[in-house]
Amino acid sequence: MDSKVLFSMKLSLQVASVTTFFVVIAGVFIAYLLAAKHFRGKELVDILFTLPLVLPPTVTGYYLIILFGRNGFIGSMIYEWTGWTIMFTWYAAVLASFVVSLPLMIKTTRAAIESVDKNFIDASYTLGRSRFETALKVIFPLARKGIIAGAVLSFARALGEFGATLMIAGNLPGVTDTMPLAIYSAASSGDWKSANMMVLLLTLMSVVFLYVANKYSKRII
Amino acid sequence: MGLDISLYKKVNGFTLDVKWKIGKEFAVLFGPSGAGKSLTLKMIAGLIRPDIGYVFSAGNAYFDSKSNLNIPPQMRHCGYVFQDLALFPHMKVRENILFGAKGLNHDEAAGRCEDLMKRFQIAALHDKMPSEISGGQKQRVAFARALIRRPEMLLLDEPFSALDTPLRVEMRAFLKDMRSEFNVPVVLVTHDFAEACDLADNIIIYSNGNVMKTGAPAEIIADPEYVALQSYLNQCAGYSSRVLNLNS
Repeated sequence: MDSKVLFSMKLSLQVASVTTFFVVIAGVFIAYLLAAKHFRGKELVDILFTLPLVLPPTVTGYYLIILFGRNGFIGSMIYEWTGWTIMFTWYAAVLASFVVSLPLMIKTTRAAIESVDKNFIDASYTLGRSRFETALKVIFPLARKGIIAGAVLSFARALGEFGATLMIAGNLPGVTDTMPLAIYSAASSGDWKSANMMVLLLTLMSVVFLYVANKYSKRII
Repeated sequence: MGLDISLYKKVNGFTLDVKWKIGKEFAVLFGPSGAGKSLTLKMIAGLIRPDIGYVFSAGNAYFDSKSNLNIPPQMRHCGYVFQDLALFPHMKVRENILFGAKGLNHDEAAGRCEDLMKRFQIAALHDKMPSEISGGQKQRVAFARALIRRPEMLLLDEPFSALDTPLRVEMRAFLKDMRSEFNVPVVLVTHDFAEACDLADNIIIYSNGNVMKTGAPAEIIADPEYVALQSYLNQCAGYSSRVLNLNS
């Protein structure tokens, strides 16, 4: 296999894996808060986290530049403290993938948590178990199909992320060119052999992930 | 040293306004669906907060609106058996029972669990999932789980409603035996008058969010107003032929 194709594939899997790790942790936590807690501004929080699902990825990427760019709100503080910027690194690709994948994880997990019978939760409380123990030992295990489906969908979404990644991580060969970006470069430069191979690989992987997600989410989605 | 409650709650156009007191006895909340029986149990257990009132158990205040006291359900020491039993489907029988052993050390929890499983004749099922055991066995597991912490009271929300008649009779006998072993106040919700008379030391009849009548089964049946009460009992599901049998 072409070394460029191999690098892009490795990078894409690395970005998608790291993204999924953080998306699962953050997504389960946020989904639990949205499903189980009542607080002011809850719908606003839901809209905020869902927004990247409907915004054009370039717009999401633009917001990320405003926030995390060297002169951005958060980026400038990081640069001031460390002299480092996330822009045009593979971490930026993780950040972009994280933001666009998170809504899928939250939506799927929230639906799964809300479908847990309230009697199981009440039973746990009457047996002396705290909210945290109940979430960990009753709610999450019973919602596991939705959580797994959300993780698989998020992984697939991260693997195919293009627009926001291009905005914040750029398309640097051998640095940030994930498979979708490498496909774009190969097609633009007429390297159809590499493009075909990567398109085929991405399609195959997406089919497998969708099959797994469907298998686990039959009762949820 | 029993249970003393006064509860007032408005919820979705329905108003619950009840006040009663029991000792260490078997009390049955009887009435039709929607009379507020299950709501009462949930408020005693702390799963729903009353608007106004109090809940005292064995002299301890669990809820008192005057002093703004509301002990969370985890701290109330109520054994609660739900209508659908709520056995955790992802845990084996033994794990379900041990889940109720919060605050006990490992050996004590294991000892109590073994003891309860032996007494309730479910020891052989310890590694079965709830989906693999029968309705009657599930009932026993739910009771064992509710009792492992040795609660101050036992709250039973129509636990036999899904069982067929022979199994109901068997479970009533089981409940009587269990009651004689665990000397705690028991509050059972039912809309089956025959079941209420069979089990109760005291029947508390609910009607549309209020207490309509309280007394021992014999007192209620002997009451001159019983004939008038029969028209109300007639409205309650599962009544019909059973009251006729009691009369005879």
